Amino acid sequence: MKMGKAYIKDIAYYVPETIVTNEDIVREFPEWSVEKIASKVGVRQRHVAGADETAADLAVKAAQNLFERGKCEPREVDFILFCTQSPDYFLPTSACVIQERLGLRTDIGALDFNLGCSGYVYGLSLAKGLVMAGVAGNVLLLTGETYSKHLHPRDKGNRTIFGDAASATMVSADGIAEIGNFSLGTDGSGAENLIIKSGGMRCPRRRDDLRFDENNNPISSDYLYMNGSEIFTFTLDNVPPLIADTLSKNNIGKGEVDLYVFHQANKYMLDFLRKKIRIAPDRFYYCLSEYGNTVSNTIPIALVNALRDGSITNGKSVLIAGFGVGYSWGGCLLRF
Amino acid sequence: MDLNDFIKHFAEQLEDTDASDIKADTVFKDLDEWSSLMALSIIAMVDEEYDVRIKGDDIRQATTIEDLYNVVKSRK
Repeated sequence: MKMGKAYIKDIAYYVPETIVTNEDIVREFPEWSVEKIASKVGVRQRHVAGADETAADLAVKAAQNLFERGKCEPREVDFILFCTQSPDYFLPTSACVIQERLGLRTDIGALDFNLGCSGYVYGLSLAKGLVMAGVAGNVLLLTGETYSKHLHPRDKGNRTIFGDAASATMVSADGIAEIGNFSLGTDGSGAENLIIKSGGMRCPRRRDDLRFDENNNPISSDYLYMNGSEIFTFTLDNVPPLIADTLSKNNIGKGEVDLYVFHQANKYMLDFLRKKIRIAPDRFYYCLSEYGNTVSNTIPIALVNALRDGSITNGKSVLIAGFGVGYSWGGCLLRF
Repeated sequence: MDLNDFIKHFAEQLEDTDASDIKADTVFKDLDEWSSLMALSIIAMVDEEYDVRIKGDDIRQATTIEDLYNVVKSRK
């Protein structure tokens, strides 16, 4: 066993069966140029969870997919970390329910953490800490998200962008990719720009305050609200320094990174960030046309696809970066 | 910073509108193809061409292209 390092041992994901195509959205919004918008945001289809299917259900299936791949076994798991903003209950924590559902040992740790688009990077940082501190030998990092359940049916923009999914990553003392150093950031002043206001203890009851803005988009305390232009300027201000800091913390030059895997927010934003940071197109990975923005799942889904299509091979350095709701952001280097 | 250049850069973000129809006094939110996504294009264009940060509120408060030009100019 290599000491003092933590690795990704394997990654898998799961997407729900129901697919919503752009044609499906056009049928609901005939007056709207879905094709044009869809081509700008780069999403052809998205998977949507069933009415009785929760993020934890998706995460259980992602973990089962991971175990079926044969590199990781259920009995090895010493700790579950589950990233979601769509938990089954206020209490208990979904990770406890998942322990039972997966038939894992009972002498293990399990907890949920609530993050969105930065969640996978934060999960890796927590898992690395647990492994390197000797708290756990194998950490099962799960992400699961069902933003579709948070969206108002008339919210055509966000329904075009977001998809549901789950992922499972095993973090251990050996594996396929060494987890390098992290750059993390938080700015709660942006909380109101991506928020579901009601349902928590600050505002327990529904507010039923639905209105439509000048672009005919629904705005309500009871559904997901995203101020697109604020989120866009947040990323323009924060992602370039995040990349610079991640490179510097890992003592690697921008040109030495073989592949950049960003949170797949939408193609338009990714294109702009790529140009602004001056990353060559062949070193920048896109993986959203088939899945949409799956929040904390975009990075692990992209990593699996990049491994599958040969974009990532042994010896490659891959920089991952997540950014969004919170505001919260994080970057890390993975050495495959 | 030149108003005509700004108008030219603004017009480049549009796909369905003829550049010759875009003038200093154009009420850009009345354009058929105006959308929330178009607002992002304008924020991006201003970042790229002028290295100035404008926000959604700046666009909301501006009526004509010249209004927006004045916001950008004041932050140069």
